[in-house]
Amino acid sequence: MKVELRAIHKYFGNNHADNDITLTIPSGTIQGILGENGAGKSTLMKILSGFIHADAGEILLDDKPVTISSPADAIRHGIGMLHQDPLDFPSMSVLDNFMLGHPEGLFPNRSVVTREFKNLAQRLEFSIDPDSYVDSLTVGERQQLEILRLLWLGARVLILDEPTTGISASQKEKLFLTLINKLAVQGMTIIFVSHKLEDVEILSDSIAVFRQGKVVGEAKRPFNTDQLVEMMFGKNISPGPRQAMSQEKSVLWLDGVSIEDVRLRIQNVNLEIRAGEVIGLAGLEGSGQGAFLRACSGLMRPVAGYVKLNDRDVTGKSYHVFKRHGVEFLPAARLEEGLVPGLTLAEHFLLAEKQNGVFIDRERGRNLAEERIKSFNIKGRPVSPIESLSGGNQQRALLSLLRDPLSLVLIEHPTRGLDIESVIHIWSKLKERCKQGAAIVFISSDLEEILQYSDRVLVFFSGKLSQPLDASKTTVEQLGQLIGGKGWAS
Amino acid sequence: MDSTMIIIGLAGVFAAAAPVIFAVMGETISERAGVINLSMNGTILLSAMGGFAVSVRTESLPLGFLAGMLIGAGVALIVAFSSITLKQSQVAVGFVLALVCRDLSYFLGNPFMGLAGPRLPAWSIAGLSEIPVIGTLFFRHDLMTYLSFVVIFLSWLWIFRTHPGLMLQGIGERPAAAFVRGANVNLMRYVYTVLGGAIIGLAGPTYSLSVKAGWKGTISGLDGIGWIALAITIFGGWNPLRAAFGAYLFALLQWLGLVLQPSLPNIPSQVLQVAPFPLMILTLLLVNIGDAEWVERTLASLPEPTRRFLARAFRAMRASPPAALGTPFETQ
Amino acid sequence: MKAMITKNSRWVNFGFQIAALLLALLFTTLILVAAGAPPLEAYKNIIIGSVGSFKKFSDVLVSWVPLLLVSAGLLVTFAAGLWNIGVEGQITLGAIGTTWALRELQDTSLPPSLIIFLAIIAGMAGGALWAMLAGALKTFGGVNEIFGGLGLNFVATALTIYLIFGPWKRPGVASMSGTVPFDAALHLSLFPGLRLSPWALVIAIVAIVFVFFLLQGTYFGLRLKAVGKNLRAAYLLGVPTWQYIMLSCLICGALAGVAGAMQVTAVYYRLIPAISSGYGYLGLMVAMLVNYQAIWAAPVALFFAALNIGSIQLPIVLKLDSSLSGVLQGMLVLFVLIVEGIRQRLSKRS
Repeated sequence: MKVELRAIHKYFGNNHADNDITLTIPSGTIQGILGENGAGKSTLMKILSGFIHADAGEILLDDKPVTISSPADAIRHGIGMLHQDPLDFPSMSVLDNFMLGHPEGLFPNRSVVTREFKNLAQRLEFSIDPDSYVDSLTVGERQQLEILRLLWLGARVLILDEPTTGISASQKEKLFLTLINKLAVQGMTIIFVSHKLEDVEILSDSIAVFRQGKVVGEAKRPFNTDQLVEMMFGKNISPGPRQAMSQEKSVLWLDGVSIEDVRLRIQNVNLEIRAGEVIGLAGLEGSGQGAFLRACSGLMRPVAGYVKLNDRDVTGKSYHVFKRHGVEFLPAARLEEGLVPGLTLAEHFLLAEKQNGVFIDRERGRNLAEERIKSFNIKGRPVSPIESLSGGNQQRALLSLLRDPLSLVLIEHPTRGLDIESVIHIWSKLKERCKQGAAIVFISSDLEEILQYSDRVLVFFSGKLSQPLDASKTTVEQLGQLIGGKGWAS
Repeated sequence: MDSTMIIIGLAGVFAAAAPVIFAVMGETISERAGVINLSMNGTILLSAMGGFAVSVRTESLPLGFLAGMLIGAGVALIVAFSSITLKQSQVAVGFVLALVCRDLSYFLGNPFMGLAGPRLPAWSIAGLSEIPVIGTLFFRHDLMTYLSFVVIFLSWLWIFRTHPGLMLQGIGERPAAAFVRGANVNLMRYVYTVLGGAIIGLAGPTYSLSVKAGWKGTISGLDGIGWIALAITIFGGWNPLRAAFGAYLFALLQWLGLVLQPSLPNIPSQVLQVAPFPLMILTLLLVNIGDAEWVERTLASLPEPTRRFLARAFRAMRASPPAALGTPFETQ
Repeated sequence: MKAMITKNSRWVNFGFQIAALLLALLFTTLILVAAGAPPLEAYKNIIIGSVGSFKKFSDVLVSWVPLLLVSAGLLVTFAAGLWNIGVEGQITLGAIGTTWALRELQDTSLPPSLIIFLAIIAGMAGGALWAMLAGALKTFGGVNEIFGGLGLNFVATALTIYLIFGPWKRPGVASMSGTVPFDAALHLSLFPGLRLSPWALVIAIVAIVFVFFLLQGTYFGLRLKAVGKNLRAAYLLGVPTWQYIMLSCLICGALAGVAGAMQVTAVYYRLIPAISSGYGYLGLMVAMLVNYQAIWAAPVALFFAALNIGSIQLPIVLKLDSSLSGVLQGMLVLFVLIVEGIRQRLSKRS
């Protein structure tokens, strides 16, 4: 089915998220939509899939203008979207997820549906157990389930929004093969939205590059990478040379530590983290890196082994004890777990700093806020409520709350969903801390980020922990293989 | 006490539990869609008074029950409107309505206090009521008790065995995912909240026209039932069958309290009357204790076999609410 | 018109509040008409019953004291993000504590004013302990404070009845009118000719001022607010969250306990079954109505107290049930919530 967008506009308040977007996608092709985070790609796809409404413009399917007023409408027209975090029901079974929403009368015929599910799965060579629960599946498998569901509902256009974040190399390979050999070849129009240049280049027949809400250029095979980079960023932004700053002193020492979570077990970890060192934790979501990070911070108690912080035994002690000895934990969900919506920027600083006396010194809070706003380049004022800041500024604010001096900073996904400028700025601030002797351990699904900024890398797979890898000597491909479970000595 | 009396007593438990069943089923449906209706205590009182008043004035039992349903649906509509469309706190609105409806019931019910009204007649089902034991237990009740059995079955059937029911589960779990699958989430929330409210509205008249016939104002003994029903809903884990079990267990304990009272003269009657509440707290404690952080930390320090066993036990006892309960849904 | 609504100026907000008040009055009037009662007569009686004479107004103040104490305490638990429905039971336990202390000390040789002082402390302790019980159930047991509090309310009432009919019963026949009244020496001194105690008034005002400064101007208040708005983030930022929740319960319970103590030493002079008189639930409504801002608590509580006292006339003069005041109070809170929702919706539309 041919898809055509004409002069689409979308505003979020004052933010012109999509500005005059015009694009034609021929039937049976793979269209790449390239652009960094915040460029307007996801917004456009949400419009096309009926999740939100455009403020102006037209959509034509097979040369006929259509109105897509809801996701149900979209699927009726044959447009299906695979969201970055697949919109499924984790506590329900695969089969229930598959069936839910299919217009089919009052009583479901489970055996018929199971059969159709298995047939479809076989055709695409996916292997998912229909009776298992979705919260036990990996992200890659959840994507496969969603693709099956959309196919079953008769989708002829498949939109994939950032599908390659958080899946292993082999799952990515499988996805790409499925898209090229099984779907596009059958006449399915595929729209692949991503900020990962490499992936978009491999897959697409034609690429449209987005920047700041506009389509700044289009390209056809064969692609010129430099040209695409320039269209994406407008200039050549490189993160700069790697900086290794680790020192001799040991900050964190894990001795025979075992961690147990609801679903997995990490056995017998022995690790020494040195001052100034950056350790990156790589792995598919739910492979154990989250639990590991929480155990290093005192948020979780290990079931065996000893944890030593600066030569002091802190095994089994709470996070607040760790905090007193110079450890800080920054969660991934900025607004839900890291910041307090309803309080202003200045109030956050008052909270984070050591208090002087009983009564609040609001002047001090304001001064402190202004100081940090400048040094971290936060777009906001001391009296701004924290929820009014953009994602990137919230992350900068979260970082700016870190006290001085620190021994160990533990961060879940420091730059998730942020534009490249914020990413570089945040890492420069973190590296400043390393120079002062702080060690950093962070989780990321962006393998390039892991290799660029870490000294050593630990890969997690099903609770297994790899030996620390030298980041300067590892490639993205090798990392991708490892997080998918390949190449592990058993 | 001989066996016939025990069986009759147990049959009485089913009948006495009928109003609570209505309340709990209605609330379960509403909460499955993601809306807490905290006004239950007030709704039950107001629908009891209203149903009784209408019934006395019109001398018609069906109209009394209908009035009760309409009152229940109306109050639920206010809860739905305030929380879904106006996005105010469900707890705040529900709590205020619980108080207002209670005061309204006392104020408007003043003229009806102590009046004699119609009573729901018993209706034994021919044939089935002759079966020994089972017949007395299940088939010698009145219409509303039979209806309570039916409501349990229909609620279970709807939620777990139909397509729309599957969608209901989805709406409560993750409204965004239900939306993408074509559900009009907010409309569905309205429908289920009001429907749940209508079923709750059957509880009051079942008291004032059957189980505790008449309207006695502040000494009606109905004040507090709604809060217990809320606790039973949580205990029921948002599953109609488990919730029904909880309601029957509660009614059984109340009956036991009455029965055992003469043989335990030293325990004041207040203690037995209030016993359900500590029990309720205890059960709430048990279903959630596994999640407490201190429990997780202590578990980690235990030897492995004990840890495994306890962790599995806690997980089995768990009752987790629909994930999106209490949160408003917006697409942008 | 839309621009005017979104301008968020104080006058516009005030206008919305007035609209809520009018809507509440309209609804109550309709209810009166439905009950076949003359609305204007009813309102007139409420007004006469509350501010018609100096003595009546002093009765309003008598009712104001416990309500203000409870509302002040609830502002603290609301700041911590808790729905402290159990406050009703905390008043009761305060009254029980006070009664116990008075009974124990009344025959000793201590000066009466000291006995009363110690009794009030005992009331504070009773209320605080009951509140912390609900708090502990929440922080260590995961029991939602709404249900924990409710359950404890019922237990508190049962405990009261048990004491009145059991160990503390009047010699002879136990009666619903409560325990043996305390000697006049143990009554909190009153203004001459009135039922109002100057001490009670002072204590209530001190309480609300204390709470105001606690929440607005101290680090404790800021941290408490963080706990209430985002427990997880507050914990990660270093706030000892469970301690703060327990402390907020302690403060609220203590204030509720003082309210109970006032009921025993300045109003009823004994323990009666319904000693908490619904002040707990009413206090919750006051706190909701002032949008958890301490500065408005005193006047709103006064208004509610006036409605309560005024509506006592209704059964006497018009043969109506006095719960009409509850209807008006509740509808006011409901309409304020609804009007606030409408205002937010309208301002988002622009």
